[in-house]
Amino acid sequence: MALLRVEHMTHYFGGLRAVHDYNLEIEAGQIVGLIGPNGAGKTTIFNLLTGIHTPSEGRILLDGRPINGLAPNRIAALGLGRTFQNLCLWRHMSVLDHVRLAHYARIDYGLAGAFFGTARRHRQEARIEARSRELLELVGIGHLADQGVLNLPYGAQRRVELARALAVAPKVLFLDEPTVGMTPEELGQMMGIIRQLHQQLGLAIFLIEHRLKMVMELCQRIQTLVFGEVIAEGTPGQIQNDPRVIEAYLGKETVD
Amino acid sequence: MNLNFFMQNLINALQWGSFYALIALGYSMVYSILMLFNFAHGDIFMVGAYIGLGVSLVLLKIVGSGAAALVPGWVVLVATILISMFLTAFVGIIVERVGYRPLRDAPRASAAITGLMIGIILETSNILFLGGQRLAFPQLIESQTYNLGGVFITNKKIMIVLVSIGLMTTLHQFVTRSRWGMAMRAMAYDFVVVPLVGVPLNTIAVMTFAIGSALAAAAGILFGLAYPVLDPYMGVSFGWKAFVAAILGGRGSIMGACIAGFMLGFIEIMTVPGIQIVNRLFELNIGSNLRDLIAYSIVLAILVFRPHGLFGEPYSAKLRL
Repeated sequence: MALLRVEHMTHYFGGLRAVHDYNLEIEAGQIVGLIGPNGAGKTTIFNLLTGIHTPSEGRILLDGRPINGLAPNRIAALGLGRTFQNLCLWRHMSVLDHVRLAHYARIDYGLAGAFFGTARRHRQEARIEARSRELLELVGIGHLADQGVLNLPYGAQRRVELARALAVAPKVLFLDEPTVGMTPEELGQMMGIIRQLHQQLGLAIFLIEHRLKMVMELCQRIQTLVFGEVIAEGTPGQIQNDPRVIEAYLGKETVD
Repeated sequence: MNLNFFMQNLINALQWGSFYALIALGYSMVYSILMLFNFAHGDIFMVGAYIGLGVSLVLLKIVGSGAAALVPGWVVLVATILISMFLTAFVGIIVERVGYRPLRDAPRASAAITGLMIGIILETSNILFLGGQRLAFPQLIESQTYNLGGVFITNKKIMIVLVSIGLMTTLHQFVTRSRWGMAMRAMAYDFVVVPLVGVPLNTIAVMTFAIGSALAAAAGILFGLAYPVLDPYMGVSFGWKAFVAAILGGRGSIMGACIAGFMLGFIEIMTVPGIQIVNRLFELNIGSNLRDLIAYSIVLAILVFRPHGLFGEPYSAKLRL
């Protein structure tokens, strides 16, 4: 059974139909890409699946369990981690604190523990800090753990977001244009990290990306979204040669 | 102005500043995470003082008072502060649940007048249930005055300042060390990402109101010890002045609220000897009843030069969907 399954999801913003009859299946360990022109509704689909908006119609199942209508924090705790198209970091917190806070749902010491420093609290905090540092190592910024996020270069800031998304222990990781605005060098590093996450952690990944070369290289399956509707779905080869995709999306671009 | 005189006023300023700082913290914390000023907060301070009055009277009835008391007065005082903080926290939680949560996505002006309405409801309920007369706060500890080389300090003033600083330190620990505190700091930046890493917004919002209200209750009881007369409108001017401290400290800054609270106390108290000095030097006759006018003109001048307050940042809209 699919790890993440979306059935007939439709969403309206007022009278505007933003997403129409959207279906998705992501199996464990699969990388699925979502492409489409600007304004097609890609980020809206991410927002619907992560609980920021509740879909008007349809069902979302994570590991067989319906999650539509749940609060975003519940959905995150059940195993959806996500990054953002525009950087969303907490300006005055350290890199390490970003990742530590993302463990929130799995901390179970109480208020008393917070105030009086019980042994349980110390054990948990030590474990969380160790795991946070591991995640930062994994995305290649372990040495920056104690810096404030404002001091970091752009590429490193994106990796903080990635480590934070990993800290919720996602079953499926959502990446919203992870390489937007990156230099070619940073782009290559980011692709390396995504591959590594996929291979080392066996993560399923759902990827929005504008750089077609990257999508074609990374994804096993690609959906093309235009005006809130999937017009084509298939392997990179199929998508690359689909006349509807070329017309709707690739028209003015060449795939290199 | 000789040194003794200055020290004497400094101690008074620290005491006043404690009240302002404790109340300003509530404004600042709520503002930093919900982007709204809880204008009912001054009246929550009043409710906290009255709850403290009720709790202390009940406790005194149970343990007895004077020489026949079962426990010393300070035990009753500590118990009163803790129990009242706990009870007033629930007042804050109810205010959030009933007054603010339904307006979470409403224009900020609507939320602001909601606060004013809740304030009026709290004041008039007090008049309704307690008759509106002033009530005396029981003096739980014996007043003692120490003479330190010409500077007179009462044990109450020392206690008030120490308890306040203790509460602020505890809050600082909580905000920097616990997962809830960390979530509060993150929520100061956005409403969107924080839930997506598994943090429930409403839990954090409720907790913030509870903590702010508990601190206001502590301020109310400490105030009752220093100036043992409570009236239903005591929260109005105090609330506004603490609000000034919260703005002066920088919107949403905890450290700023504490420091600005003490600073405001200092400016207010020091204005009176300042007026006397000016009168003597220039043979003027400015009345000390102009204290607030002069003190708040100083605050205004500070804000002209630091419009974002002492620790505030230039305004930036919070990320929300």
